[in-house]
Amino acid sequence: MFNGGSGGRRGGPEKVKNFGKAIKRMLAEMRKYYALITIAMIMSIATSAISVIAPNKLANITDEIAAGLALDQNKINDITNELSRDPLTESVIDNVVISPEDKEAFVNIIKELRSETSSLTKLSGEDAVMIYQKIDELPESIREVIKPKMNHDAIRNLALLMAILYVLSATLEYLEGFIMARVTSGFARDLRNRISHKINMLPLRYFDQNQIGDTLSRVTNDVDSVSSSIDNSFGIIIGDGLLLIGSLIMMLITNWVMALVAIASSLFGFVFMATILKKSQKYFAERQIELGNMNAHIEEIYSGIAVVKAYDGKETADKKFNKLNKKIRNANLHSQFLSGLMHPIMAFTGNLGYVAVCVTGAILTINGAISFGVIIAFISYARLFSSPLSRIAQAVGNLQPAAAASERVFEFIDEEEMSDEQHINSHIDKSVIRGNIVFDHVKFGYDKNKAIIKDFSAEVKAGQKIAIVGPTGAGKTTMVNLLMKFYEIKDGDIRIDGASTKKMTRADIHSLFTMVLQDTWTFSGTVRENIAYNHKSVSDEQIMKICDTVGLSHFIKTLPNGLDTDMSESESISAGQKQLITIARGMVEDAPFLILDEATSNVDTRTEELVQKAMDKLTEGRTSFIIAHRLSTIKNADLILVMNDGNIIETGNHVQLMKKGGLYADLYNSQFAL
Amino acid sequence: MFKLFRNLKRKDWLFIALAVLFIAGQVVLELKMPEYMSNITVLVRTEGSEMGEILHNGALMLLCAFGSLVSTIIAGWFVANVGADFTFIVKKKIFDKVEELSVDDIKRFSTASLITRTTNDVTQVRMVITMGANMLIRAPLSATWAIIKISGKSWQWSTATGVAVVIILATIITIMTLVIPRFKLIQKLTDRLNGVTQESLKGIRVVRAFNAERYQEKKFDIPNTEVADTTRFVDRVLSIMSPTMNLVLNSITLAIYLIGAALISQSVMANKLTLFSDMVVFSTYAVHVIFSFLMLAMIFMIIPRAQVSAERINEVLDKEITIKDGLFDDDTAEIGTVEFRNVSFKYPDAEEYLLKDISFRAEKGQTVAFIGSTGSGKSTLINLIPRFYDVTEGAVFVDGVNVRDYNQKALHKKLGYIPQKAVIFSGTVASNIAYGDSGKKKPNERKIQTAAKVAQAKSFIEKLDKQYNSHIAQSGTNISGGQKQRLAIARAIVRDPEIYIFDDSFSALDYKTDAALRKALKEYTKDATSLIVAQRIGTIMHADQIIVLDRGYCVGHGTHQELMRNCEVYREIALSQLTKEELNV
Repeated sequence: MFNGGSGGRRGGPEKVKNFGKAIKRMLAEMRKYYALITIAMIMSIATSAISVIAPNKLANITDEIAAGLALDQNKINDITNELSRDPLTESVIDNVVISPEDKEAFVNIIKELRSETSSLTKLSGEDAVMIYQKIDELPESIREVIKPKMNHDAIRNLALLMAILYVLSATLEYLEGFIMARVTSGFARDLRNRISHKINMLPLRYFDQNQIGDTLSRVTNDVDSVSSSIDNSFGIIIGDGLLLIGSLIMMLITNWVMALVAIASSLFGFVFMATILKKSQKYFAERQIELGNMNAHIEEIYSGIAVVKAYDGKETADKKFNKLNKKIRNANLHSQFLSGLMHPIMAFTGNLGYVAVCVTGAILTINGAISFGVIIAFISYARLFSSPLSRIAQAVGNLQPAAAASERVFEFIDEEEMSDEQHINSHIDKSVIRGNIVFDHVKFGYDKNKAIIKDFSAEVKAGQKIAIVGPTGAGKTTMVNLLMKFYEIKDGDIRIDGASTKKMTRADIHSLFTMVLQDTWTFSGTVRENIAYNHKSVSDEQIMKICDTVGLSHFIKTLPNGLDTDMSESESISAGQKQLITIARGMVEDAPFLILDEATSNVDTRTEELVQKAMDKLTEGRTSFIIAHRLSTIKNADLILVMNDGNIIETGNHVQLMKKGGLYADLYNSQFAL
Repeated sequence: MFKLFRNLKRKDWLFIALAVLFIAGQVVLELKMPEYMSNITVLVRTEGSEMGEILHNGALMLLCAFGSLVSTIIAGWFVANVGADFTFIVKKKIFDKVEELSVDDIKRFSTASLITRTTNDVTQVRMVITMGANMLIRAPLSATWAIIKISGKSWQWSTATGVAVVIILATIITIMTLVIPRFKLIQKLTDRLNGVTQESLKGIRVVRAFNAERYQEKKFDIPNTEVADTTRFVDRVLSIMSPTMNLVLNSITLAIYLIGAALISQSVMANKLTLFSDMVVFSTYAVHVIFSFLMLAMIFMIIPRAQVSAERINEVLDKEITIKDGLFDDDTAEIGTVEFRNVSFKYPDAEEYLLKDISFRAEKGQTVAFIGSTGSGKSTLINLIPRFYDVTEGAVFVDGVNVRDYNQKALHKKLGYIPQKAVIFSGTVASNIAYGDSGKKKPNERKIQTAAKVAQAKSFIEKLDKQYNSHIAQSGTNISGGQKQRLAIARAIVRDPEIYIFDDSFSALDYKTDAALRKALKEYTKDATSLIVAQRIGTIMHADQIIVLDRGYCVGHGTHQELMRNCEVYREIALSQLTKEELNV
């Protein structure tokens, strides 16, 4: 699935670093569900047990039915005895009267049989049919005596038992699935919530260093992969493992010679399959990698099509595409072909097992060592034994990517969190803060060894305006990071109204600041939710009053559902309006300090005016740190911080800095250059 | 979908025919086996059977099994080939087509969707070929053959099998009608999960600044719980499948045996043995029949999905190419001129004009700037020159020749186009600058370095560890926005075009770089004509001509001084950015 180019990883399946450890961890994390899993396992054991017992019962039925085929040898002997004793008088066997004529007919037919069949001890299949035909010609009385008798009661009882077993097995299997659905969906939900919670516990450093797509794919793809592996791989390994062991035991108990034959023929196929599986995995991996490469290439070309056209880059693009396409064709062909072999080889193994079992069985039957039913049972055992083998092999293969996914999930969950704040017990009352802030020899660096802010000191009085200027990439967000305690300073101190921010909780500091940044940070949800955000007690009146102030109320009135309009669905909300909404959100927050990024890119000129007016309103009465883009702001700021390469290189007001003729003067003048 | 199959080559059709042949052979052999099975059964059953005959039958059965294995493998090879060819051909076709589509068409399809169409959708259709071919050929053959084999044996057995088939099909249909809509729901909920996570991550500073961590977690928990509930339901419905199948398959065997018992005990001696072996054989064939129907049901589950994919692919392939290439590639009388004559533009199916009656002429070496609010049409206007769109009315001339008459390569050779959002390709710094085909020989190292210097990219490139050979990740994620823009500008410079087109290319740069770049460019390319779309007044103040656009109309045309005097819209824009003194009025 393509998710808008946000996919953090490309280029194929990831190798699991430590398979055993990953699986162990995954199992350990499921602690909460051990009880349910145990129940499911018991059910699985029961299901397996039934699958193992059932063939035996089917064998019994077959034996009973087969018993209904054979002539009653004892009765034949009885009749023969009766004949030789007295061929000319009536005899009574089993309450059936046999007349002398019948006796004569019997003797004649037996004679015919003797002459037509070479030997009565070694019969071919046709001979058997012929004999049975002859028997039909026998007088009714004799037929009545010697005809095979089926034990219908026994068959009925067996059938009933089997029906119960089958239904029981199906019910248990379903219940197992029912319970496991609870486990897997619950586990996936837990994992997702843990990740969602973890996001808020991590220092910002993590997100500055890792891509959003990467974290996103952990939330969805990786968690999905982990949870489905529980069902599809663990379930199979446990259930089929039991089946394997069960059928092995049953086979050995029933007849060890045939057991060995069945195992040998299954293993033969299995070895074959394992070889192919290994080989095809290589191609599958290759295919994944090449598909990733191709996706990347296509994305690049499609999204840059204007440049590809204008620069006639088609030829290069085609060349690369053809190369990748050929590689994919090759990998497709081989992976498809090899994986297609699995099934026929499994079928062949099954047939091989069948013949092996039948032939061995036949030898043993002829020797009288076993009954026919045993063969029938063995045919099932051989199947029960060989199919889980291949399924387990595949499940272990599938477990690999799942293990890699779980590693990624738990790696995230195990990331180092922000410093603990338990020891801070002071609490700040927002309403009494006046808004003075002092930077006292602040030193900071993202890298431990490299300080980018070397020694910054400044004093800001309540209500003053501080402009932060500098070329792109000069590190203006660094100031935001420090003020908001998103990152901790290395040395020195920042004091608010004389109190060290080191002794304040992050949440308290955040509550002192209103922040309106360049990106229009609107969230999915209604306009009201976006303005009130997590302030629950804000009334609609308050919101509308604020909207009046920032110039939003007319716009909101034009929306189809007013404040209830869904932001994500309404396309009529422009970038500028979104910016106004974030300003309104900042006003709701009503904090003594303000951090404001003035950039108004992608906004048309009329809205821009509106936004600027709103921003000016927002700064009234607050100590404001403004990432400045407007000359008016810069010129009348109380303090200008000029940043370059992450460092604050000049400080002062407009007049002072212009006089200095440094970077600031340069920047300022360049606006009017040719 | 069949339309797509027409793309297959003759070789592939031959392969398909061969595959059908081998699959048919395989089915025949596979279904021959139960006969030997039954012979063996009878032999084993009958006392005094000769061992030799059992072995004989066993050997024949194994031979069938092996033959069937070999046929399947051969058929599999052919099918895999056809599948791989299909993907190869269709992917190439889509890719070629997308390259030919107009920028507007691509925007309408959306890049993401086109990527899915080129990759996933093709794979979906291929599945029908690879899995489907096997099943679609095998299932009906096997079902018919098995039915023929068992028909006439006993109506009781046939009825039992029929009932089993109906039960299984009914179960599948019920499960699918319950599950499929929920699959879609899960997809939607997953998108929502992604959405909430994305906003939490993108807005992480805001979330923290507002102490809204719990709020976001709660917001996440809603779709999360819904996903969990829905997956649980789906999993539970799906877990009906396997037990039902097992139950039906077990029951059908049991039923056949029970019916068999009754039939045997009722029959005359002569038929008993035959009935018994029929019974054993029938139970095998019955399983075959049921499986065949299962396979068919599966195919009917894949086909609708593949059909949707096929339609999406065809939508691209059938899209008419709107920008038709011209023939002109000779030398022109004029050099470096651009002229718009009464140009109007609207999207083919739109009602409102995005541009209305625009006329101007840029002479060689001039700078013409376009300004106006978003949606005023300035980007659209400039995009008419490289023919990303074609005019609706009027005409655009480059060097005195209508752009429609040009061979596109010849036209593009004259232009250096830099889009609003820099397009960066994976590769190296140098490969990005030297990108494309300018009709001249590939630029050498010195040329690339000069271009980088003019584009103000030299200093940052030289700070990279491998300088011009430094690796650039896809979309240029390892360099900043401003750096990308400078590379994109260097790419245009290296071509030495007659006409530069800057589509708001400077807004990612800070004032200082912006000014330095324009100064260096002016010095480097004294003769080149520049067309600049900009938002900052500072960027365009000194242009030879400024065209002010408002809602598609030209509302002002002149120099900065002239426009300050007589164009209200221009004055408004200018005063919102700079003070009166700074604008020196």
